[in-house]
Amino acid sequence: MSIRLEHINYIYSQGSAYEKHALKDVSLEIPQGQFVGIIGHTGSGKSTLIQHLNGLLIASSGALYYNGQNIYQDKYDMKSLRSQVGLVFQYPEHQLFEVDVFTDVCFGPKNQGLSKQECEIRAKEALELVGFPEKHYSQSPFELSGGQKRRAAIAGVLAMRPKVLVLDEPTAGLDPKGRDDILDQIAQLHGQTGMTVILVSHSMEDIARYVERIIVMNKGTKMLDGAPREVFSHYRELEQVGLAAPQVTYIMHGLKERGIDVRTDATTVEEAAEEISGTLHFLRGHR
Amino acid sequence: MVQARKLVYEYEKRDDEGNVIGMNRAVDGIDIDIRQGQFAAILGHNGSGKSTLAKHMNAILVPTGGTMWVNGRDTKDPRELMHVRQSAGMVFQNPDNQIIGTVVEEDVGFGPENLGVPTDEIWKRVEDSLRAVGMLEYRTHSPNKLSGGQKQRVAIAGVIAMEPRCIVLDEPTAMLDPNGRKEVIRTVQELRKRRNVTVILITHYMEEVIDADQVYVMDSGHIVMKGTPREIFSQVEELKKYRLDVPQVTMLAEELRRRGISLPRGILRREELVDAVDRYACMLKENQS
Amino acid sequence: MIRDITIGQYYPAKSCIHRLDPRVKIVSTLLFLISLFVQNSLLGYAAATVFLGGVIRASRVPLKFIVKGLKAVVMLLMFTVVMQLFLTKGGDVLADFRIFEITEKGLRTAVFMAVRLIYLIIGSSIMTFTTTPNALTDGMESLLRPLNRFQVPVHEVAMMMSIALRFIPILLEETDKIMKAQIARGADLESGNIIQRTKAMVPILVPLFVSAFRRANDLAMAMESRCYNGGENRTRMKPLVYKTGDYMAYAVTVIYLTATFVLGRFVPFHLWIF
Repeated sequence: MSIRLEHINYIYSQGSAYEKHALKDVSLEIPQGQFVGIIGHTGSGKSTLIQHLNGLLIASSGALYYNGQNIYQDKYDMKSLRSQVGLVFQYPEHQLFEVDVFTDVCFGPKNQGLSKQECEIRAKEALELVGFPEKHYSQSPFELSGGQKRRAAIAGVLAMRPKVLVLDEPTAGLDPKGRDDILDQIAQLHGQTGMTVILVSHSMEDIARYVERIIVMNKGTKMLDGAPREVFSHYRELEQVGLAAPQVTYIMHGLKERGIDVRTDATTVEEAAEEISGTLHFLRGHR
Repeated sequence: MVQARKLVYEYEKRDDEGNVIGMNRAVDGIDIDIRQGQFAAILGHNGSGKSTLAKHMNAILVPTGGTMWVNGRDTKDPRELMHVRQSAGMVFQNPDNQIIGTVVEEDVGFGPENLGVPTDEIWKRVEDSLRAVGMLEYRTHSPNKLSGGQKQRVAIAGVIAMEPRCIVLDEPTAMLDPNGRKEVIRTVQELRKRRNVTVILITHYMEEVIDADQVYVMDSGHIVMKGTPREIFSQVEELKKYRLDVPQVTMLAEELRRRGISLPRGILRREELVDAVDRYACMLKENQS
Repeated sequence: MIRDITIGQYYPAKSCIHRLDPRVKIVSTLLFLISLFVQNSLLGYAAATVFLGGVIRASRVPLKFIVKGLKAVVMLLMFTVVMQLFLTKGGDVLADFRIFEITEKGLRTAVFMAVRLIYLIIGSSIMTFTTTPNALTDGMESLLRPLNRFQVPVHEVAMMMSIALRFIPILLEETDKIMKAQIARGADLESGNIIQRTKAMVPILVPLFVSAFRRANDLAMAMESRCYNGGENRTRMKPLVYKTGDYMAYAVTVIYLTATFVLGRFVPFHLWIF
C-alpha cells in the first residue's frame, strides 16, 4: 500500500506560447500511514504534484503507481482511485453547495454508488472525525463560521473513506486558534485512522510540529526530502530559494555562534526550550 | 487622525424566514485614538469585530451609536463622505476582488478619476504611486497575471494615488504566501517612512505587528488589550484566551522563563532572544568563577 | 476548443490601426458593414476588397490569425451557402438532382452571400483584433453618450462591461477549480444523458454563483471606498481625443463609402462572376 512516483514530468499547455514545465523528473514514494508535509512557495509545483496523486492531472511522462499498479495503464479505474486518494483543495469551503451540511457531506459517498443508509453512516462518521458539532448538521453550509465550514468541507472528502488524505493549505485564512485546531484535528485523525496524510503548506512552523517527513519543492523539482530536523539543517539553502526554516532553527544557530553549546536540530518551540534550558542548567551545575 | 468614542455597530439578527429575532453588536463601545503618522495594529480572531471597525474608518459602515472621526470629520455626516473616504484609503483582504481596471495603471488611476483630478495630474500620481510600491515596470500588465503580493501592492498604489493621510489595511496578507506577506508589509513600512502616512493594520499574523507603535486587541466587539507590542506579547496567556498566539520567538522566551531561566518579558525578535540568552549564560559563567 | 476561437480577441501589435481612436474604429466598422448591404455589384465588392485588404495590411495582424477566426463560424457559413444554393430559384438550371436543382441565380446568390458574410466577420474582427476591450468600452460609452438624455445609464453600462471583462478570466479559473474539487469527490460530469448531465452541473454552478456574488459584493465595497460615485464629476485618465490620424481615417472611410456606393449603384457595369 503506497504511492510511488517515477520520473514524473508535467508540462502545462504543451506546444503553445504558455507552455510551462511544472514538474521536472519527480520521483518519490510515500508508504501507507505516513504523515508527510509538502512545502514550497507559490509556483513551486506543489499543487500540480498533488493533483497527480488522484489522477486529476496526467503526467506528460513518467509513471505513478498506487498499490503497485500503474494508474496510467489502460482501463485503470480512476474513479476508484479518486475515492481512495481524497484531495482537499485550498479553501475547500468554496465547493459546498447543498442545502445543509449533512447532505453535502453525503455527496462523495453518493457518487461512490452507496446506499442512502450507508452514505449517512459515513457522513456521520466523517463529521465526527473532524469534530463538527452535531447541532449544526442540518444548518446551511453558508451560514457557518470559517473554521466550521472548512471542517464540513474536509468531512465531505473523508466521508469517501479514503486511504490517503491530501490537504492543500488547510489553514489558509484561519485565525491562530482556528489554525491550531484544524491541524490538531488532522493529527488526531491520522493517529485514529492510520490514513496516509499529505499536508501541503507554506508555513514551516505549522508543518514542523506535526509531520514525520518533509518534501521541499522548488521550481518543479524535489529539492529536499527527509525528516524535519534533517530538512531544516539545510536552512541556508532553503533561504536561498525564498523559503525559511522555523524561527527556532535560526535561534539555535544564533546561540551556537555565540559559543553556547546547544544542538541545532530542534524544530519546535518545546524541543528548543528543552535543549536551551538543559544546556544552561548544565552550565549552572558546574558551579 | 482616526478617533472613536463609544462606537457601536448593531445589526439585525434574522431567522430562516427573515424575521428580526434580535440585535447583534459587532462593535460595542469602542474608544480609540490614532494620531497622524502612527502605525497602529488591530489584532483579533475571525469574528471579533475588527473588520467591522475597519469599515467604519472608511465610512463603508456608519456607527449606529457613538461617533467616529476621520481627519476631524464625523463619518456619519453624508456631506463629509467623500472627504472621509479620500483621507482614509482602504486595502482589503482578497487581492482579486478589489482591482477594477483590466490594466494595472488604469486601476491605479480609478481613485483619482473618481475624485475629479485633472488628466495630467492623474498620470503623475499613477506613476508616483506605482513607483512607491515598486510596481512601475508592470504598469501596462494585466492584473490577472500578477502574484498575490503584487496584486496587493497594486491595490496599495491605487489608494496612495488618492493621496490619503491614512491607509487602513484590512487583513491584506491573509490570502498570501509568506513571500507575498513579507512583500506587502515591507511596502507598507516604506510608505510610512517616506510619506508620513498613518497606517492602521488589521491582521492575525503576530509577526506583522512587532513594529507597530500601538497594538489594540479586539474580542467580541470590545477592545480588550491595548499597548506597545512588547506589552501585549508579554501576556501570553491573556492572548491565548482571545484565540490569538504570540510570535514563535516570544513563545520560546516564555517557555524558557517557565523553566527557570530569567529572561526579560516581551522579547519579540530573534536577535533579542539570542542576546538575552547569551547574557544569561555569561552571568552564569561569571558566577562560577 | 475554446482556445481556437480568435473572434473578439485582442491581437497586440504596434500599427497605425491599433493607434486609432476607438470611436473611429467603431464608426468605420459600422459604415463598412453598411456598405456591404447597400450595393451588390462586382465593382462595389472590388472596392470593399481593396479597402479591407488595405486595413488588414495596415493593422499588421497576420492573415493566418484572421482566417483562424473564420473557422469558428465555418458551420454557419456552410449552412447559409447551402440554403441559398438550393432554395433560390431563377435563371438557367445548372445542375439537376431530381429532388432539387441548382440554378444560376442560386449559385450567384450563394457565392455572394458567402463573400458578404466573410467580409462582415473579418471587418468586425479587425476592430476587436486592434482595440483593447477597455478602449472599446470607452469608445462605446463616448459614442452612446447622447442616449443619456433619454435616461439610458450609458456610463453604468460601460462600467459593467469593463468589470465583466476583468472578471471573466477569474471566473473561468474558478470554474476549473470547482470542477476539479467536485471530480475529486467522485462527481461524474462526463457520462449520462442530458438530464443527468444537467443535474451534475448543480454542484459546480451553485458554488460558482455564490463566489460570483461574494466577489461582486467585495468589488462594490472596494469601488465605493475609492470614492466611486457614478459617472458624474469624474475625470478620465485616458480621455478620448481625436488626433490628425483619426480625422484622416474618417476621411478614408467616407471616400471608400462614396466609392462603393457610386460604383455599385450608378456605374452601369453589372458584370457578375459569370
